[in-house]
Amino acid sequence: MNHLLEVNNLEVNFKTYGGEVKAVRDVSFHVNKGEIMAIVGESGSGKSVTVQSIMGLIPMPPGKINNGEALLHGQDLLKLSKKQMQKLKGSKMSMVFQDPMTSLNPTMKVGKQIEESITTHQKLGKAEVKKRAMEMIRLVGIPNPEERYNQYPHEFSGGMRQRIMIAIALACRPELLIADEPTTALDVTIQAQVLDLMKDLKEKMNTSIILITHDLGVVAETAERVAVMYAGVIVESGTVEEIFSNPRHPYTWGLLESIPDVNSETKERLVPIEGSPPDLFSPPKGCPFAPRCKYAMDVCVEAMPPGFESEEGHQAKCWLNDPRTPNVEELIAAGREEH
Amino acid sequence: MYILKRLITMLVTIWVIASLTFFIMKIIPGDPFASDADVLPEEVLQNIRAKYNLDEPIPVQYVLYMKDLATFDLGISIESESRTVNGIIWDGAPASALLGTQAMVIALIFGLLLGIVAALNHNKMLDYFSMFIAIVGISVPSFILAPLLINYFAVDWQMLPVASWGTWQHSILPSVALAATPLAVIARFMRSSMLEVMNQNYIKTADAKGLPTTKLVIRHGIRNAILPVVSFIGPLFVALITGTFVIEKIFAIPGIGRYFVDSIFNRDYPVIMGTTIFFSSILVLTLFLIDISYRFIDPRIKLTSGGD
Repeated sequence: MNHLLEVNNLEVNFKTYGGEVKAVRDVSFHVNKGEIMAIVGESGSGKSVTVQSIMGLIPMPPGKINNGEALLHGQDLLKLSKKQMQKLKGSKMSMVFQDPMTSLNPTMKVGKQIEESITTHQKLGKAEVKKRAMEMIRLVGIPNPEERYNQYPHEFSGGMRQRIMIAIALACRPELLIADEPTTALDVTIQAQVLDLMKDLKEKMNTSIILITHDLGVVAETAERVAVMYAGVIVESGTVEEIFSNPRHPYTWGLLESIPDVNSETKERLVPIEGSPPDLFSPPKGCPFAPRCKYAMDVCVEAMPPGFESEEGHQAKCWLNDPRTPNVEELIAAGREEH
Repeated sequence: MYILKRLITMLVTIWVIASLTFFIMKIIPGDPFASDADVLPEEVLQNIRAKYNLDEPIPVQYVLYMKDLATFDLGISIESESRTVNGIIWDGAPASALLGTQAMVIALIFGLLLGIVAALNHNKMLDYFSMFIAIVGISVPSFILAPLLINYFAVDWQMLPVASWGTWQHSILPSVALAATPLAVIARFMRSSMLEVMNQNYIKTADAKGLPTTKLVIRHGIRNAILPVVSFIGPLFVALITGTFVIEKIFAIPGIGRYFVDSIFNRDYPVIMGTTIFFSSILVLTLFLIDISYRFIDPRIKLTSGGD
């Protein structure tokens, strides 16, 4: 067991006035040391909730972790006390959030915000802490650290703020960095810079990264393994090569199909996945994608498919992969052809 | 530059308020000497009127008043003609200011505390409890609270003096009675501000750093939640320190609160003008100080003289 993080059968619900939302259902995945593992999925598919429950950031109530475990070095994070979690948060694992414009405290100097994550976990002299904070500012590629140290977040651009967020997250050299859509709110050009920075720092610090995104381009460029989430379930997971070249779940086909082709000469219409995701107040007992799936069989509506493993580590929760399914290879080949 | 500009604006503001008050005051029907008209001979009344320039046309009265005002001379009270308006204000203001300041300190400490506790225990018992106190504070008027306090603390339990002014023990009951409403208002305001801040993304960032809860609440929560509260503390503070009619009346405190009301009934023109100008000067000055202080408590605010 050399996984840094192992999540098993995670189940998270939210109590609301309208009923209980089953946000995450039976999610299992793992992150190896030093790798980037991506979780993709549309809004509301449960990717943020998954990682926030690992970080202990789900407000409870209304949130509730019904089942599952999240093992960091074999230690179950979901069973730790608030105090024990506070020790791990920021030092062993940390997080970068989606919106850099609102994720920094507007009334606190940026340098102080970086220092705070150091002083929370390490006893160091004032000068030493400041030196470390400066070093982090320089490390995330911001020029003039001396001047920047004393500035406030509103004096930074979005991309620069996200770099500061990365500096805060990596200040204690955590083993696991969770990046929740870190580039979604940024310009395309800045996106690439921030992703490159994260990749670069990952190499330097040997940090593992969970990268949450809904951008398959980002996945292809940065990640080594990927999990596709839909309606609170990981429907397919595997190495990036496997998922892109040999997808085995109709939802993944749909996602890949919907990527616009930049090289196309003719004006093509975008290809959407028809329909909308199921109501998570009462998710269907079968496959959540079945109502939108053009390959759906009777069994799909009746029973949740188990994870079918094809290659080493490539899993797809789809009945099409069941050996009893007629013409399965043809169907999968056909599905692959289409995108 | 900014400060100079603000100072000029302040003077203009006070002048506008003084002018408006002057003319509105003259529109109110009545005459300070109406009750004397039956008793005094016509010639005497003429003389008294002349003493206060009331025989001149209103525009002339206005010019004469403004001339005096420019030299900080607020004139002589009509009701108690041995006293200058300046004297009335200087005699009464210290007691009112002390009472108001004490009430403000009580309201701030307990109001903020109540609001913070309520927000941190959102929708739990402590929240409901705090907001119950706040609603009581808002809905029970001070003229009911004050007699109740006197009845229990002064009469039944004999812990504090019933009324009057002098030692610090005298100031406790009126300060508490005066603090109740602003305390409740501050508590409700702080609660909603704190609830909003605690839902901000930067609180999640601080939480993800593993920051201990107390530090998270103080450094990131309260620090930001208090900003909007500051802006409304100013006018509240001014209202408290410039004298309060009801509380000062009930506790027989020699403040200036009663002059605001009595002067209008008596048509005591110089005192009406004097108290209004006193109040507005302090208000304008406090707002100015609050704006300056914003520069220090909120780094996003820069003081510029116009433009962007």
